[in-house]
Amino acid sequence: MTHLDTELQILKSETISMWELVILQMRKTREAFLQLDKDLAREVIMNEKRVNSYELKIDRDCEHIFALFNPVAVDLRFVLAVLKTNNNLERTGDIAEGIAKFIINAGEPFDQNLLKSARVIEMFDVGIEMLSDVLNAFENEDTALARSVFKKDENLDEINVKANSVVGNYIANNIDRIDESLYILSTIRKLERVGDQAKNIAEEIIFYIEAKVLKHRSQP
Amino acid sequence: MAGTILKAKNFNAFFGQNQVLKNINLDIMRNDVVAVMGPSGCGKTTFIRCINRMHELTPDATAEGEILVDDKNVYKMNLIVLRRKIGMVFQRPNPFPTMSIYQNAIAGYLLNGIKLTKSKKDEVVETSLKRVALWDEVKDSLHKKGTFLSGGQQQRLCIARAISLNPEILLLDEPTSALDPISTSKIEELIYELKKNYTIIIVTHNMQQAGRISDKTAFFYLGEVLEYNVTKEIFTNPKHEKTQNYITGHFG
Repeated sequence: MTHLDTELQILKSETISMWELVILQMRKTREAFLQLDKDLAREVIMNEKRVNSYELKIDRDCEHIFALFNPVAVDLRFVLAVLKTNNNLERTGDIAEGIAKFIINAGEPFDQNLLKSARVIEMFDVGIEMLSDVLNAFENEDTALARSVFKKDENLDEINVKANSVVGNYIANNIDRIDESLYILSTIRKLERVGDQAKNIAEEIIFYIEAKVLKHRSQP
Repeated sequence: MAGTILKAKNFNAFFGQNQVLKNINLDIMRNDVVAVMGPSGCGKTTFIRCINRMHELTPDATAEGEILVDDKNVYKMNLIVLRRKIGMVFQRPNPFPTMSIYQNAIAGYLLNGIKLTKSKKDEVVETSLKRVALWDEVKDSLHKKGTFLSGGQQQRLCIARAISLNPEILLLDEPTSALDPISTSKIEELIYELKKNYTIIIVTHNMQQAGRISDKTAFFYLGEVLEYNVTKEIFTNPKHEKTQNYITGHFG
């Protein structure tokens, strides 16, 4: 194993650790959202600092690898992919923090019927599953698994589009619950972004393993 | 003038029974900088020594196939004409030790017995030294021995000597491996400038250098060209596993 291989291995381990933390953040946010557990939401907000620390550390490590080792070919693509994935994970962490803030600001537990009809928990589950799939794809260099998340992202997009009318109808019938409805709609928007981040990461994994650029293509 | 300047066709080279180049097929475009890379003993230097027929100077060395420069087989060309078309610079700076800087710069003319007027000589010396960005550093000491210069300056003097006869192709055999980073950087800038007028084939072990200065890279392995492509492709997405292993340092 060359010195560069060792550095790349460390970088991969750090990225996986950050990834696991972000997935945990999303899981806690889901739990806090479902139970309106404000303490758990505060914990998510506190832990966001750890996500940010990972981001800074991985950025710095990538910079050092570029400067000191001049990686090329698959090594270069790997470091580039990690650099971008790092950014996507940090944003996913921000999303979890943003939803946690809604939970803290919300006055009363969310209407379970609305959560069900707007399919919010399903969105949480699909988003978390996508993050786990791309993590496994990254760990095992499995591009087929990476590609599988594109379909799941379409599912999230569809739920997001339909949510407008679902939440709109709810507001029309529950005029006293506008704040709560808007929190839910905003959460749906954020969860749709989780899918986008996971999809971006999948594209980076495919780029690094297969040297194929899938960005901005209609049929990945 | 665009187009192919050098073409190797089914080219093989031997030292006695030992085949060191195997069926080389390579087209080099005019004004390209081509880096020749590969592990030690893969035939890089032999290849460029075949282009200007230095290979045949070694006892027992033979070659088969064709190397065409401007569509003419170098093995059928007059050697003096060929060497005027193709200049070469070696790993260690080797200005002629008994000659001054001035004489070194026009050594090609002196050694070929080409007579020049004093003013023409002055012009060739100044032009050649300016092309290698050495003029300002040596213009006041042109009659000192070339060996008084620093290693980097000596190497630029050798390049000036090689281009004074206006060759079409410059062969550079690890021209910076004996130089410090500043001198290396000057030679690399020089290569970038020289490519406007010349086609350059450079053997280098320094992969970052190949990446910085070359348009195309040929990867040699065990006497064969395994991969020849645009340098950006070779360094980002090499097609051959051995190329990838070599450039990422996983060879062997």
